Amino acid sequence: MESIELQELEAVARSQPLEEPLVIKPRRRTPTQWLTTVGWRHAVGLIACVVALFPLLYIFSASLNPSGTLTGSNELFREVSTQNYVNLMSDPGRPFLRWWLNTILVAGVTAVASVFLCALAAYAFSRLRFTGRRVGLGALVLTQMFPQFLGVVAIFLMLVVIGNAVPALGLNSLLGLIVVYLGGALGVNTYLMYGYFNTIPRELDEAAKLDGAGHARIFFTIILRLVAPILVIVGMLVFVGISGEFVIASVILSDTNMQTAAVGLYGMMSFRNDNWGVFAAGAVLTALPVMIIFLYAQKHIVSGLFAGSGK
Amino acid sequence: MTLEAPTRTGRATRPKAVPESPASGWALVVKVALMALVDALGIYLVLRFAATDQMIIAGVVAAALIIINIVYFRAGNLPAKYVIPGLIFLLVFQIFVIGFSVFVSFTNFGYGHNIEKPAAIEAIQANSVTRLPGSEAYPVAVLDKGGELYLLATASDGQALLGSATTSLAPAPEAVFEGGQAKGVPGYTTLTLGDLLQKQEAVTTLQVPLGASAADGYLKTVNGLNAYRFTSTMVYSPETDTMQDLVTGTVYVDNGEGNFESSDGTNLEPGWKTFIGLQNYATAVGAGGQTDIIGVTVWTFVFALMSVFLSFTVGTFLALVFNDRRVRGRRVYRLIMILPYAFPLFLTGLIWSGLLNQQYGFINEVLLGGVQIPWLDDEWLARVTVILVSVWFGAPYFFLVCTGALQSIPEDVLQAAQVDGVSPWQLFRHIKLPLLLVAVSPLLIAAFAFSFNDFNTIFMLSEGGPANPSSPIGAGSTDILITVVYKLAFQSGSKDYGLASAFSMLIFLIVLAISVILFRRTKSLENVY
Repeated sequence: MESIELQELEAVARSQPLEEPLVIKPRRRTPTQWLTTVGWRHAVGLIACVVALFPLLYIFSASLNPSGTLTGSNELFREVSTQNYVNLMSDPGRPFLRWWLNTILVAGVTAVASVFLCALAAYAFSRLRFTGRRVGLGALVLTQMFPQFLGVVAIFLMLVVIGNAVPALGLNSLLGLIVVYLGGALGVNTYLMYGYFNTIPRELDEAAKLDGAGHARIFFTIILRLVAPILVIVGMLVFVGISGEFVIASVILSDTNMQTAAVGLYGMMSFRNDNWGVFAAGAVLTALPVMIIFLYAQKHIVSGLFAGSGK
Repeated sequence: MTLEAPTRTGRATRPKAVPESPASGWALVVKVALMALVDALGIYLVLRFAATDQMIIAGVVAAALIIINIVYFRAGNLPAKYVIPGLIFLLVFQIFVIGFSVFVSFTNFGYGHNIEKPAAIEAIQANSVTRLPGSEAYPVAVLDKGGELYLLATASDGQALLGSATTSLAPAPEAVFEGGQAKGVPGYTTLTLGDLLQKQEAVTTLQVPLGASAADGYLKTVNGLNAYRFTSTMVYSPETDTMQDLVTGTVYVDNGEGNFESSDGTNLEPGWKTFIGLQNYATAVGAGGQTDIIGVTVWTFVFALMSVFLSFTVGTFLALVFNDRRVRGRRVYRLIMILPYAFPLFLTGLIWSGLLNQQYGFINEVLLGGVQIPWLDDEWLARVTVILVSVWFGAPYFFLVCTGALQSIPEDVLQAAQVDGVSPWQLFRHIKLPLLLVAVSPLLIAAFAFSFNDFNTIFMLSEGGPANPSSPIGAGSTDILITVVYKLAFQSGSKDYGLASAFSMLIFLIVLAISVILFRRTKSLENVY
């Protein structure tokens, strides 16, 4: 299964600068020449950009449109008001702020915790030699084939039992959800990190060892610093993935106050036409942190996706 | 990536002494504190599970705790120290989940089958009580304590008896009498006539058991004033493992599928959890004429293949168009074009469902001038629509990856081809495309596996609809396997956990098989080019 050659692909993706320096000086072209060589490409780009942008602009416009209905939202940017945002925040029946904070909390804690746990395991797989190492690596790849949400029924039934004993880890608990997510986030990301750990020269550890550093010091003060880029990438991948997770969250979190934005916003959509403006406002606020992270880390996330993980 | 010199830590100048012991000084303090925390948590878990009669779980947690302590307090066995923290979560919420899914898929677990057999026998008997002919009337008062209703009965010998639905009838010597009839008990609130009217339903359905077993009968009241002894008309005989209805004389036999069943096929409710072998799998693959399951599977394949193929085609086309240095502003184009991919997926589905709304949606009303195209309400059009929306966010992904892959094609290969005078199409067909496929084929497989289980797009966009009333498992026209799993387990009335788990396992096997086959072929592809 290691034939996937994740590292190689990743390396390719990372090493490719997207704008290469111009080598050929463009000659002056006639307008017709320009149209047939470059102009049509701009036309294609323009169409692609319109298709890509228009639903996003539409939902942004709908969130600012005070009519608040689906029909009323069809006149883009005709009126601009913050009414929908005010309504979104002021209805105790749909505590959007809670949902938003719950999402950030669950995705954030899951991201930080899984980065730490994966880094520990990746260090062992990359630096230490032990029986079962290769089998363990193979098993990590294999578990990717079973996306966690496929076991949603089993997870639900397990949490009923666990919740009877320890309510803080059962249904309707954010902690319970985080713990479940941690189980699913480890396999893929440990493998991703393992590849990166291998690119750090072993001589560095050896030198530190000679200087009298123990394994814990080598890990925490040397290795973790050197692999920081992959830690950030994995953290962001997990954050983006978890913040949009619906299947497991919707089954575990039924209490309105406990829900994440994905579950809450879906529930809000049961009356599509009337709630449209408020939903749009919620959608904009929910998408914002994810898109900021994504655009900030565009290149890295794509190379991470090169390894076949992602949303 | 630049490598920082490790000497920055400032400790590299230390004299080369014996290797530092793994845990000394502050490290030891941190370690002991962490372990104390883990042990406290672990012991708490063990106690809680033991307190709720989950002895097996309590035992497993205790064993795990002992192993953890051994690993961290004994020198050596370094790999285990680093792997265990993550491994615990992976074992419980990934590996065990897979095993437990398999287990559930062999049972009839679901609504009407969620208790053990003895509990089901009790419930059946409790559900079928009738007033014992000629039994005496007990004057009663209805009491309330903490929201639970109690019956306070006065027996013919003047003794007061108290019981609720969960505590069987027992003498209540502290009862307060009024005119020879027990009227109240200190600490309980006696319901007034007004309260009785308000809580009429709760009062009339209250059954106070007379003994530990349902066979002992119940005390029930019809009006909150008088109660009578009721006995179950169902009698269970442990020797023959049958249930008999004393009124009709019908005998119900354990049918091996978690129900008592009469000779004419009538089941007694509730049933109980039991193993039913491969029956869920038989249902899942369409035995018994439920052919729409095959339909769902075929559609899942079509959806996954089409969305990956079209996304890849559109993405490659865009990448080719913009992989030309003469085009200015490529960065801006790129940034805008990847926005759909950066947008949260569940919102994509919800927003497009609004845009494509037949009556009020932007597409029909504004772009197409008020036509009423049933984008998501016509069986076939809905299928096309969900594929197109999946291309909307899928193509940008392939645009990004293919751009990277195209740029990694060595310049001299392309120049050599140009010198040879090949046409742009030939250049693409025979040089760029094969190299592109080698680079992205693992991603195509991953994208297929993703689309195969793309719950969010289907569920948020069309909710699996339009509905198909003839489907025995309630699958709509655009439902894929994973949305069927979700609907079967959590949205249908039957909450069929067993069947849903069987579907999960089938999805797993399909994706696993396809991935393995394709990865093998990818390898051979690499050898060719």
